Amino acid sequence: AAALGTTDEPTSAMSAGAPRSLASSGQKSIQDICHPLSAEESALNPGSAADTGLILPNGTPVDTSSLASSSSLLNRLQLDDDLDGETRDLFVTVEDPKKHVSTMETYITYRVCTKTTRTEFDLPEYSVRRRYQDFDWLRNKLEESQPTHLIPPLPEKFVMKGVVDRFSEEFVETRRKALDKFLKRVADHPVLSFNEHFNAFLSAKDLNKRQGLALLTKMGESVKYVTGGYKLRARPAEFAAMGDYLDLFTQKMGTIDRIAQRIIKEQSEFLMELREYGPVYSSWSSFEEDLHDPLEGVSGCMSNCSSALEELTEDMSEDFLPVLREYVLYIESMKNVLKKRDQVQAEYETKLEAVVFREDKKPPVPSDVEKCQDRVECFNADLKADWDRWENNKRQDFRQLLTGMADKNIQHYEKCLAAWESLVPLLQDKQEAEGETS
Amino acid sequence: MADSGSEAIAVIGNTDLTPSESENNLKNTMVEKGTSLLKKMEISVAEAEKRTGKNAVNMQETYTVYLIETRPVDAASEGTNPALDSLWRRYSEFELLRNYLLVTYPFAVVPPLPEKRAEFVWHKLSADNMDPDFVERRRVGLENFLLRVASHPVLSSDKIFYLFLTEENGWKETMFETGFQAKADSRLKALNATFRVKNPDKRFAEMKHYGDELQSVISQLLRVRARAADRLYGVYKVHGNYGRVFSEWSAIEKEMGDGLQSAGHHMDAYAASVDDILEEEEHYADQLKEYLFYADALRTVCRKHELTQYELEMAVQDLTSKKQQREELATGTIRTFSLKGMTSKLFGQETPEQREAKLKMLETQIEEGEEQVKERNAECDEFVKSAWVDIERFKEQKDHDLRESLISYAIMQISMCKKGIQVWNNAKECFNKM
Repeated sequence: AAALGTTDEPTSAMSAGAPRSLASSGQKSIQDICHPLSAEESALNPGSAADTGLILPNGTPVDTSSLASSSSLLNRLQLDDDLDGETRDLFVTVEDPKKHVSTMETYITYRVCTKTTRTEFDLPEYSVRRRYQDFDWLRNKLEESQPTHLIPPLPEKFVMKGVVDRFSEEFVETRRKALDKFLKRVADHPVLSFNEHFNAFLSAKDLNKRQGLALLTKMGESVKYVTGGYKLRARPAEFAAMGDYLDLFTQKMGTIDRIAQRIIKEQSEFLMELREYGPVYSSWSSFEEDLHDPLEGVSGCMSNCSSALEELTEDMSEDFLPVLREYVLYIESMKNVLKKRDQVQAEYETKLEAVVFREDKKPPVPSDVEKCQDRVECFNADLKADWDRWENNKRQDFRQLLTGMADKNIQHYEKCLAAWESLVPLLQDKQEAEGETS
Repeated sequence: MADSGSEAIAVIGNTDLTPSESENNLKNTMVEKGTSLLKKMEISVAEAEKRTGKNAVNMQETYTVYLIETRPVDAASEGTNPALDSLWRRYSEFELLRNYLLVTYPFAVVPPLPEKRAEFVWHKLSADNMDPDFVERRRVGLENFLLRVASHPVLSSDKIFYLFLTEENGWKETMFETGFQAKADSRLKALNATFRVKNPDKRFAEMKHYGDELQSVISQLLRVRARAADRLYGVYKVHGNYGRVFSEWSAIEKEMGDGLQSAGHHMDAYAASVDDILEEEEHYADQLKEYLFYADALRTVCRKHELTQYELEMAVQDLTSKKQQREELATGTIRTFSLKGMTSKLFGQETPEQREAKLKMLETQIEEGEEQVKERNAECDEFVKSAWVDIERFKEQKDHDLRESLISYAIMQISMCKKGIQVWNNAKECFNKM
């Protein structure tokens, strides 16, 4: 199957209307259409899991077919819908998780696909494999090299062994989604997306080598905010407000985390009792005649409700709690950025004061002080812009998170409802039959 | 205040049965309109009140009384509203009545009373007998008891039962005049004793075993239910905390604030909804409890059968031994060991006159013995016949009632799920507006 985009000219595919042109690709259902960003991988036919030889632990082959691609397509369309009007020239997705087993360790890699028209990139398309470590490296690099900006969060690095299965399909999928969101946010950032480390991450075949090279170019980095020890006089109101907000917000996140954990605990304990219910009804049915079927039916319903509840608690543990925790970590890093800003301002103010005190000499303001002033102004501008961006993302993230929580609960109740509803006619039928025979 | 008279302190309970409640009662008790009593009157336990008074040992006590209302059912006066007769009874009087029925109709599976003390409670339910919720549930249980007795083909025509319903005073005296107390004492003693029956009736043995199993499984079920109720309560109530934190959070947000705030209200509603859910579940638990106690009544009938059978076997055994003694005396051969035989061997033979006297005595005893065996045989047959009829009736009632209970339990679960879906959909709408 010819993939859209391999034969097309990059420019036409990458116009602002690109998402729309994909949708109008003829009669084929979206599942059958090859996603442009899945072009490079050789395994485009179903059953390709056999070639790669790798199956996720639960037995399902790793899906390299267009299904995964179409879901990431939807992902891309859903995210950052407020940038609809903008001209995008850089598209990134994270997909196709695969397990790698070596003598030293076992880990998961993800395919990172890039399509771009930017001249900063040598090629219009890239497809590379990255592992979590690499994402972590990227984020650290971005924090170092772009200290005036808010860097999007990564999913948590460490997971408790024994509590969460690092190789379960659910965990890997949750992680993939978070990594995908991370890269998209960087890609949509007017400054971060042009970062050379980001470029390397997306394009380098062997990131390790590039990481080494990157070290060498560290010296040439223009902005080095080595500050420390200066006292800040007056924090501008809007940045003070940001700091206060983050403190309160962190508190609320902590409270919500505790509540969610408590609910999971209570639900688990309820689940334990629910699991005992079924067998008791079953053993009752064993010495009843007429009531045998109704009691067995009730027992079956209890089992179904148990399974439904189990799924709910698992989902909440795996999807809900981690996102909350990521935000708390994220806010920590944001507070650090705010502190840095304070430091830069403090340095400027101190140096300015020192100059002002030497009024008698009346020299022109030294370039050192000018540089500091520049830094402060740039920092403030960057931070303000990023703050707005963060507010937007936060809103989206929490809307998604909370509606997700509502959805999971709705699905749980719907499963239970279906079980009980299917039981009632069974019970009543028997009744009518009894009435006829008696 | 502290006088010997009764003083109403508080009125607990409702004055009218709600339509669903009376419907429920009808369904639950499978009222056989055919019984003569129910043709004549409507029965209900309408209210409960607290009283204080001096008890038997002259000490102050607080107790609850229940108002039994009866109204004649007259086809002719369908349009008019005939007058209600009513009287107050306390729980201990119900217990007396039931004991009387147990003794007087040993073959009947006598309907049980609601529990004396609150058992299988979960933490929010009070174990206090004075607790208004407990009193209310007891009121319903007592009414159920009366309706069950009134719809029983044999028990409903009992005179004492009728007096219990219609005569406030003098009922107890009339009951004691029947002399059932004497029968009660001896029967009670016998029931507590262990004895071996040589030819147990297989059907009754099976029924007793069924009663044991039913009692065991329902107890288990009620225990699990109580623990589950506790846990479910916790799950719902903790969601109320979301309400509070969403409200606090919304205060520091601009655009997200409204959505969060209103979602919080729905979380509060969700948390509050568990009270109704668990109250409804309590009705189901009460229905199970009734059959828990019914299982005991069933086992009692089987035990009484064993007793009757045992007494018959004892009488037969006694007759056989007396007949053997007669034979030995007549033929002079000693086949059975008897003390008299031994002493006569040791101390010499008896005189012919003594032998004659003994023989005569034995003859009388044998005659009496044969009468007794005939009586007990008839008793046993009678008992088996009546008991089995009632057991069959009970089985049908049980199957019907428990199936109804399971259906209403399923319907309750369905309603709970639907409410849950609605609340979360409402919350989701609010989240979407964030």
